[in-house]
Amino acid sequence: MKNWVKLVAIILLVYVHTAGLLMEVPRLNILNETVRALYFHVPMWFGMVLLFLISVYYAIRYLGKPDPATDRMSVEFANVGLVFGVLGMITGMIWANYTWGAPWSQDPKQIGAGIALLVYMAYFVLRGSLENQEQRARLSAVYNIFAFAAMIPLLFIIPRMNNSLHPGSGGNPGFNAYDLDNRMRLIFYPAVVGWSLVGVWIANLRIRFKTVEEKVTDLENENDLTSQVLDKGLH
Amino acid sequence: MKTISPARFLTRACIKWVLLLLALMPATSTTAQTPEMADGMRADGKIYVVVVIVLVILAGLIGYLFSLDRKVKKLEALLKEKSAAK
Repeated sequence: MKNWVKLVAIILLVYVHTAGLLMEVPRLNILNETVRALYFHVPMWFGMVLLFLISVYYAIRYLGKPDPATDRMSVEFANVGLVFGVLGMITGMIWANYTWGAPWSQDPKQIGAGIALLVYMAYFVLRGSLENQEQRARLSAVYNIFAFAAMIPLLFIIPRMNNSLHPGSGGNPGFNAYDLDNRMRLIFYPAVVGWSLVGVWIANLRIRFKTVEEKVTDLENENDLTSQVLDKGLH
Repeated sequence: MKTISPARFLTRACIKWVLLLLALMPATSTTAQTPEMADGMRADGKIYVVVVIVLVILAGLIGYLFSLDRKVKKLEALLKEKSAAK
């Protein structure tokens, strides 16, 4: 990842965390100042969807042309996406506690998000249960496509077909309930971009780390093999 | 090229940003409106303390990411050396 991209992410996030707390927001009953949580809670979910999208992209690429490197991209993006999702869930529950009256109210949006996270957790369970690298990569790539396809209706369609407390549900487009005006957009969109870039950055670090790890293992195996051959005097 | 570490650069940038904020601190306070908002908080209620705390955490985490970045880079270089030596 290029350094200027990191710098853009940092500048955006410093701006978001300052302006998000200080700038004017719409004055709404019940929500009061918690409307500002929009700047911090929602970008987690946007970031998660983007990271999962990158993950499924590499899963499809893997199925087209199997390569351990593509598989690694796929799994690490899913990993960071899941972290974002868990943070989105926790922050959402804290917010709900003070505006909906309880951290968990069996709301369609909450249940949908919960199931989506569980579906992605199962992705790692599946990977962990397979020894053979190729088998693991292929099966989990197929599962990844299923997980992404399941996440879309769980997060974006089913909650809208039911009565939900969450904005963007019960037929309402997401932002109207907040009167998300241009002032809020000016902070919200930079927050989404900033956090998404940080997510990609972390995934990038994980991929590089895993690549090194794998190469070291390969080197060791090679050494073992060489010494075995030397021991047997077959070279 | 030898420059200051990204973490230190970031800390300095953050301090400058906070100072700028304090200088630009608005002295306005709107008159009472129906929904309860933390206007008093922002005028003289130490909201800037919260901003600074949040920014410190953000800077800390980003600095940590940079240090991880450096560690991975070192590992990659080491690996390259080792594989070349073989």
